Amino acid sequence: MKHTLVALVEDKPGVLNRVASLFRRRAFNIESLTVGRTHEPAVSRMTILVDTEQTAPALVEANLSKLINVIDVKDVTHLPTVMRDLALVKVRADASALAELNQLANIFRANIVDVSPDSVIIEVTGDEAKIDGLLDVLRSRGIIEMVRTGQVAMARGAVNGHDVPAANSWATPRGNGNGHLAESVGSV
Amino acid sequence: MPIRTGAQIIWECLVREGVDVVFGYPGGAILPTYDAMLDYPIHHVLVRHEQGAAHMADGYARASGKVGVAIATSGPGATNMTTGIATAMLDSSPIVCITGQVGTSVIGSDAFQEVDVTGVTLPITKHNYLVTHVEDLAQAIREAFHIARSDRPGPVLVDVPKDVQNAKCEFVYPDDEIPYPRRRVPAQVPAADLERAAEWIDQAERPVILVGHGVQISGAMDQVLEFAEKTQIPVALTLLGIGTFPAQHRLCLGMMGMHGEAYANRAVQGADLLVAFGMRFDDRVTGNLKTYAKHAKKIHVEIDPSEISKNVHVDLPILGDLKAVLEQLTPRVAAGRRDAWREQISEWRMESEARNILRREDIDELLAAHVIHDLWEATEGNALIVSDVGQHQMWEAQYYLHEKPRSLITSGGLGTMGFALPAAIGAKFAQPDADVWVVAGDGGFQMTQAELATLKQEGLKLNIAIINNGYLGMVRQWQEFFYGRRYAATPILSPDFVKLADAYDIPAMRVTRREDVIPAIQAAREKPGPVVIDFRVVQEDSVYPMVPAGADLHAMIRRPVPTQ
Repeated sequence: MKHTLVALVEDKPGVLNRVASLFRRRAFNIESLTVGRTHEPAVSRMTILVDTEQTAPALVEANLSKLINVIDVKDVTHLPTVMRDLALVKVRADASALAELNQLANIFRANIVDVSPDSVIIEVTGDEAKIDGLLDVLRSRGIIEMVRTGQVAMARGAVNGHDVPAANSWATPRGNGNGHLAESVGSV
Repeated sequence: MPIRTGAQIIWECLVREGVDVVFGYPGGAILPTYDAMLDYPIHHVLVRHEQGAAHMADGYARASGKVGVAIATSGPGATNMTTGIATAMLDSSPIVCITGQVGTSVIGSDAFQEVDVTGVTLPITKHNYLVTHVEDLAQAIREAFHIARSDRPGPVLVDVPKDVQNAKCEFVYPDDEIPYPRRRVPAQVPAADLERAAEWIDQAERPVILVGHGVQISGAMDQVLEFAEKTQIPVALTLLGIGTFPAQHRLCLGMMGMHGEAYANRAVQGADLLVAFGMRFDDRVTGNLKTYAKHAKKIHVEIDPSEISKNVHVDLPILGDLKAVLEQLTPRVAAGRRDAWREQISEWRMESEARNILRREDIDELLAAHVIHDLWEATEGNALIVSDVGQHQMWEAQYYLHEKPRSLITSGGLGTMGFALPAAIGAKFAQPDADVWVVAGDGGFQMTQAELATLKQEGLKLNIAIINNGYLGMVRQWQEFFYGRRYAATPILSPDFVKLADAYDIPAMRVTRREDVIPAIQAAREKPGPVVIDFRVVQEDSVYPMVPAGADLHAMIRRPVPTQ
């Protein structure tokens, strides 16, 4: 099974290095790690997928929370969450295949974003299963290259995903339930 | 607001943090800071190797409970400190290391004496800083001290490029609250957890308390004693837990683990409840995890969430500062007697007593354990012992009966040979009135013996007992037990330690017979300056009991019963 952790981190030099170094040092098995900006200028957000067969997500969370530059970390696996991954897939296709590929893309709500004489690039966004499904179909046509961003996650509803009390008892010390990110950054 | 250089800001900050002594070694990239040092009321101890600076800061921190400070130049100065930093990291010791760095304009160009020090020390520090703007320097140093000593303490490094030391800005010591750690442990433990813990403790028939370094860090010695006495639960110690519970208390089982007392390990293995206070179930404590305390529920009181269920599955974790937790827990538990359990342990203890090496009659040769015992007797158990790493360290832990916290300083987690002499120098600055003794092997002592010159230059009084068996004894012991006595690279030649000490103008003695041990120790204590005693002990003696690495905790190799 996989667990999804969302970490808010200070946007400072070397923070990604600290997180990556922690995973390597503790031999944590990570499926994917994405980093990006947030609406707060000094805060970046990481989405981390942990393979729980080999790594206890609670230990990953506990160790991440000890890093000075980590503002907060949350296991959102059991929360209602929107998960998205984006893939660009370049497949072999001449003009005759274009119509069929377009149909296929529509079924997956994907877009053909580039067409050249013997290939096209398809862009697809969705959860992991949906993208895997499209890739299965495209594989037989010959994938020339493919890139995925890794998953990003966000809890549904008016919470910011960092206010919800944790299920495990050790993780109780965290934000005091206020609804705004900037406040919770200051108060946790 | 006053204008100060970066170099001056460093000292202004140290003064405000209450630092009165630093341990360091100058060099090109830290020169501006050394120049500014002369204008501030802080004593600088010139070490002979930067590893020594970090160990001294560590020893100072462990003996005082305050933050120790080490200073080095860029490149080799900083890399030499890394062993000392890792030692402090593994034993949760609060030190701040300040290193010079090449100028910001040449960082990344492989400039002379340039090393990416924040990169190198990233996994062995609690946190580190590369300060590239002088305006950020005061804040970085303030945070460094706060991070080093807060929650679970540890080393923090601040790397300061030379041009930042020379640059000027307005100096204000920031007094706003530091937001770290972001996730504070709660002062109040959930009442349900306390109730459940109390219930388990009250119901337990064969409970054991495990105490570690966290007891000392939290300052919870009185609370642990009160808890143990109220519940009448026996107490087993980790190596770094020694001194946090009185060794001669009737509930004290002494050290547990690889070289722990057999009755302590049997108690752990036979327990129905383990109550762990500020310890981390290190592999030297548990042996084989699959068979470790199989029938026991585990309650773990710990300040660091990442230690919960890291090695041993914990049934009831209680996150918090130990002292605060015990103040809430002890009133909830019932007073107990547990006569049958304590009687059982006493029986095991009597059986161990028959094997006690102190019962062995003197032979022509000197036994290391006898030296330690006599050191305990001659110092009335009141010395501050700083031990190195190896067999002598285990004998010290077994035979010197520590009654007070901060009376044993040793490298537990990292097991750093060469730790003792420099750490003792640091400890002496923290406790100038203490009767400080270095206990080191002939191997480890040679790793940092250059610090004898530091000792002499500083005019410190401390005594050095070298337990000299001509071997890297602990490795030799493993070779004896597990490698068919093939002594690969363990016989070690030493200098004549008496002559060596003489070269440093330090008086020294050699002791080869039991009857000379106590007189030599007494003579050393009476001398005003440092004294080295070279104890020539039995060459192929082994530390017992021993749990082979990875074996079950109850599968101990026992000391043979004396036959005489």
